[in-house]
Amino acid sequence: MSEPLLELRGVNKSFGVAHVLHDVDFAVYPGTVTALVGDNGAGKSTLTKIIAGIYTRDTGDYLFEGNQVNVHGPRDVAALGVDIVYQDLALCENLDIVQNMFLGREERKGLLLDEVSMESRARETLASLSVRTVKSVRQSVASLSGGQRQTVAIAKAVLWNSKVVVLDEPTAALGVAQTRQVLDLVRRLADRGLGVVLISHNMGDVFEVADRITALYLGRVAADVPSKELTHSQVVELITAGRSGALGISENPATASV
Amino acid sequence: MTVETNELPEPGAPVQANAGFSGDAVHTTTLLGAFNDYVTRVRSGDMGSLPAISGLLVLVIIFSVANDTFAGRINIANLITQAGPICVLAMGLVLVLLLGEIDLSAGVAGSTGAMTAGLMIVDHGQGWAVATLAALAVGAAIGLAIGLLVARLGIPSFVVTLAFFLGLQGVMLKFIGQGGSVRFADPMLRGLAIKNIDPLVGWISAAVIVVVFALLALRTYRIQVTQNLQHPPLSLVALRIGMVAVILFGLVAFMNQNRGRIPSFPIEGVPRMLIVVVALLIFWTFVLTRTRYGRYLYAVGGNAEAARRAGINVARIRTSAFVACSAMAAISGMLLAANTGSISTGSGGGNTLLYAVGAAVIGGTSLFGGRGRAIDAVIGGLVIATIANGLGLLNNASWINYVVTGGVLLLAASVDAISRRRRSAAGV
Repeated sequence: MSEPLLELRGVNKSFGVAHVLHDVDFAVYPGTVTALVGDNGAGKSTLTKIIAGIYTRDTGDYLFEGNQVNVHGPRDVAALGVDIVYQDLALCENLDIVQNMFLGREERKGLLLDEVSMESRARETLASLSVRTVKSVRQSVASLSGGQRQTVAIAKAVLWNSKVVVLDEPTAALGVAQTRQVLDLVRRLADRGLGVVLISHNMGDVFEVADRITALYLGRVAADVPSKELTHSQVVELITAGRSGALGISENPATASV
Repeated sequence: MTVETNELPEPGAPVQANAGFSGDAVHTTTLLGAFNDYVTRVRSGDMGSLPAISGLLVLVIIFSVANDTFAGRINIANLITQAGPICVLAMGLVLVLLLGEIDLSAGVAGSTGAMTAGLMIVDHGQGWAVATLAALAVGAAIGLAIGLLVARLGIPSFVVTLAFFLGLQGVMLKFIGQGGSVRFADPMLRGLAIKNIDPLVGWISAAVIVVVFALLALRTYRIQVTQNLQHPPLSLVALRIGMVAVILFGLVAFMNQNRGRIPSFPIEGVPRMLIVVVALLIFWTFVLTRTRYGRYLYAVGGNAEAARRAGINVARIRTSAFVACSAMAAISGMLLAANTGSISTGSGGGNTLLYAVGAAVIGGTSLFGGRGRAIDAVIGGLVIATIANGLGLLNNASWINYVVTGGVLLLAASVDAISRRRRSAAGV
């Protein structure tokens, strides 16, 4: 496997007395979908926020393309080319698709907005992702379904040449058909060479698109293995008990600490 | 929604960026298609200024039938100068309403600005230009104070501006004195309300505006077609140009006829105030639709959190909207003073603000933020001015005026609330 695009090494994070992350190693490889799974409270959100630059690390390294980087906030992370698509998507419903995709980074000709260039580029990006479900790029986001909104949020990351895209529960609120579309899109992102992190509770989704699975259990990495080497029930065991056969944390920290 | 098959382009097929997604409707082909789209939008709650325009038509018909003088040239000129201050104040309020905020002090802030201008002329012998700048500066300073309190301290705008509404009335009382008034007699400023544009200049200005509008619209259309962007049918573009031409030329033709009662002293031409309103309308339409600042106003009003994450300085946008609103209020205050010829302690109070908020909302600006245009304010302002003017002509007691205007505002707000609900149900 090639060198990771983004890598966290030995990350610890505490909030007061609560030690939320213990020596977590996490890597995202180009062209690969890495699923981040774990039960509620396992540390997925904390890890995501550390990747996003919202939380600082207590200890540990943040590497991007093999180089150690200093991350002081979300802007630094965005500048690296890491895009986080949160569950709420952060879209403006009163603006259309083009306006949303370029929000904060509008193209201009002099003082004026360059609508021609923006609309063309938005359309190209959606076309390159084989997005076929939106009627028009000038539709307001309010008129889009949940899946289409997710698509717009993901396309925004592609438009801005992000190298790593972190998707937080992208299918949680979607129906069957829309889930299908979003998963196809996730796969296509990886096929373009992006590093994709998929945070999900849905094992079906995870096994469908993920190449690697990183399971967190009570703030520790229970397993980081190719998804082919795991079965459905093994992942569930890793999530709920932190170990499964030879895999997992050798000594259960929950029982060990009691 | 159908289940998508993950089909890739056939090998060797040219990658056409614009042909990439089949469902993308680049254009509606016919005028009828565009009309059907519009009907669909209206039915799903996106009504824009349709209620205002139809309301205006109904009002004009009722008042014309009820009173002979209503549709006369003198009264229409009157109506324009009556509507001017309301339209300008409403345009300023649109900026604040776009963010989902409110400025209750705008009317009084406007009169405070106008008072400053008046005092500069009367007490300090300054010219109209310096006086106007002073009024704008006072307005902007008031807006800055409100904006900082709202955006930085996080006090609800309703409370901040209510405090300014009361406080500024006190300031005016201090400077003007109990029961006093400041003359507003500068020939240039007063002339905005009582003088008219030379008929020939009126024709030329109207022609220039129509030609420039047509050229810009056609240029945009041509670019959209050549670049294969989404565009309306050409007939719709032509219809829009035609409507602008008919309204402008019709107005100029109507107002250029003599409306003076003394044959030797003709009064003709479009009231000068209209220049100010049209110029501001063009300016704000341009800012809201063509500039990054305008886009950010809509974005902050639509989803402040999304705007913040997109790197937009939300607090600065908020503050600037209040600054612009109060500066617009100062212009409105001066137009109002030009109408009456003086500023008294009560100027800008009473129903001034209510009229302007009503104008913006009736025109189609949402009280919930994120929706609104400069033209909404002008159309709504005409509706409100027509009600005030028409009821006045019918010789009704002023209590009816208050009740009707209040009722219209409530009606417009109800339409806004209902259409918002329908929009979220229909997802438009």
